[in-house]
Amino acid sequence: MEMQDFKKDFPILQNRKITYLDSGATTQKPIQVISKIDEYYEKYNANPHRGAYSLSIEATEAYENTRTKIAKFINARSREEIIFSKNATESLNLLAYSYGLEKLKKDDEIVISIMEHHSNLVPWQKVCNKTASKLNYMYINDQFELSDEEIESKITDKTKIVGITHVSNVLGTINKINKIIKYAHKKGAIVIVDASQSIPHMKIDVQELDADFLVFSGHKMLAPLGIGVLYGKREILNKMSPFIMGGDMIEYVHEQETTFAPLPNKFEAGTQNVEGVIGLGAAIDYIENIGYDKIKQIEDEVVGYAIDELKKLDYLDLYLTPNKENHSSVISFNIKGVHPHDVASILDSEGVCVRSGNHCAQPLMRFLGIDSTCRASFYFYNTKEDVDNLISALNKAYNMFKKYINL
Amino acid sequence: MEDLTQVYNDLIMEHSMNSYNKKKLSSSDYSQMGHNPNCGDEITLEVKLNGDIIEDMAFSGHGCAISQASTSVMIDTLKGKTIKEAKEIIKIFIEMIKRETTDEEELKKLEDAIAFQNVSNMPARVKCALLAWHTMEDILNKNETEGKGNINCCN
Repeated sequence: MEMQDFKKDFPILQNRKITYLDSGATTQKPIQVISKIDEYYEKYNANPHRGAYSLSIEATEAYENTRTKIAKFINARSREEIIFSKNATESLNLLAYSYGLEKLKKDDEIVISIMEHHSNLVPWQKVCNKTASKLNYMYINDQFELSDEEIESKITDKTKIVGITHVSNVLGTINKINKIIKYAHKKGAIVIVDASQSIPHMKIDVQELDADFLVFSGHKMLAPLGIGVLYGKREILNKMSPFIMGGDMIEYVHEQETTFAPLPNKFEAGTQNVEGVIGLGAAIDYIENIGYDKIKQIEDEVVGYAIDELKKLDYLDLYLTPNKENHSSVISFNIKGVHPHDVASILDSEGVCVRSGNHCAQPLMRFLGIDSTCRASFYFYNTKEDVDNLISALNKAYNMFKKYINL
Repeated sequence: MEDLTQVYNDLIMEHSMNSYNKKKLSSSDYSQMGHNPNCGDEITLEVKLNGDIIEDMAFSGHGCAISQASTSVMIDTLKGKTIKEAKEIIKIFIEMIKRETTDEEELKKLEDAIAFQNVSNMPARVKCALLAWHTMEDILNKNETEGKGNINCCN
């Protein structure tokens, strides 16, 4: 396959001698995104929705046009279904407060998977505590996947909300969200999809999925930090109360009461992150310009190579489904008998950036019977050479530790 | 990049992987857990006092090589010392890791614990090195304000 050098678009990958394998935490940003943000501040920065002057109107247009772009990008029915947030975490908290706390009653059930990030877990604990509803988990099988039986035994007539990550940020497992959404709807539950780890890598069509809500963070898909998206079906969003109150989300404010603005403004209180929105728009342009097919082709090649090479290292434990078609671009592993923080420090000394820790998924770690893992996560700018660097740094770490390892 | 063989040296590796201080005491005055929630390092420190003297110490738990070795070396360093001496050594260790002191005369008081000096060049690992020392500091402070055996006693 002809390998295109995408690294040249990423200034940080030129400026620093690093092997960046932590895109699951945040991706690096291409010059095309960085310069769009510069351009915004240099040419048309103003507070959107506020001013009658042309500069503010330009800022408003850029902000609102990006909303339209995102609606098209995920095939939402209308632009009002796109709410800007700080990140996926804030989107999920909005849903917990404005949907969960208001709709759930005693003995209702929320179902999530054991592989959820804390952001799609802790808010539901709070909802359950406050409403006396119950939080149930779908557990993974020995292939690190959710089985049909597990899905069908946990989602019941009592289930009101199903929260599911599309791709696990630890295991890289791609969950069967089509199946989960269909089954949950049959049981009368709404489904919230955390697409933070999937949307950078694969096409999302919210109508085809029939997801009720879908959240993601911009910074994991080439956009700046601090911008996120909540997609929701209009008929559900319309019935929900606002989450954060303040300017721009109101209609009439009286001394003792307020009526709220229609969608999407009802959920966007205060001056918004316009630079983030513009950066996210530029990131979507960049991704669409490459195309998801190409991204998948590159990642299949590089991640496939990484898996093959990592499997050759018999000192490693890999936490990975054997079914390649159900796996995205995150690989968790441990050197047997060595703590992942030590491994990550040694990899860092070789310029290899991987994440180590519990990856904001403590219940999953406990389920797997481990404290933490090392995690290498890939994006289309990674190459086989990056994989080779990882392997050689791992060999170095293993060699430093092997005479002391006490299994 | 830092030469990591200076951090992962023999002393630290031996203590982290095969520590003779990792055991249970038959009786202790204090047993206290210290943890770094973000990395999952967890240790439980047991301390037995005899008047003003730290008579015995042991630990259990799990974590990275640096946190485990730092706990074990701290036990070797503080065992047999008076509480006053221990407090001074703890203060110097914390200052060394935070790069607040490089005074060689002071650092000598750390004995083997000086092996952790290079951790001060690894900001991501400072917490690992300090976990046990902060836990011990806490125990000694509680001992001073509340008296021996009033809290967390679990013989």
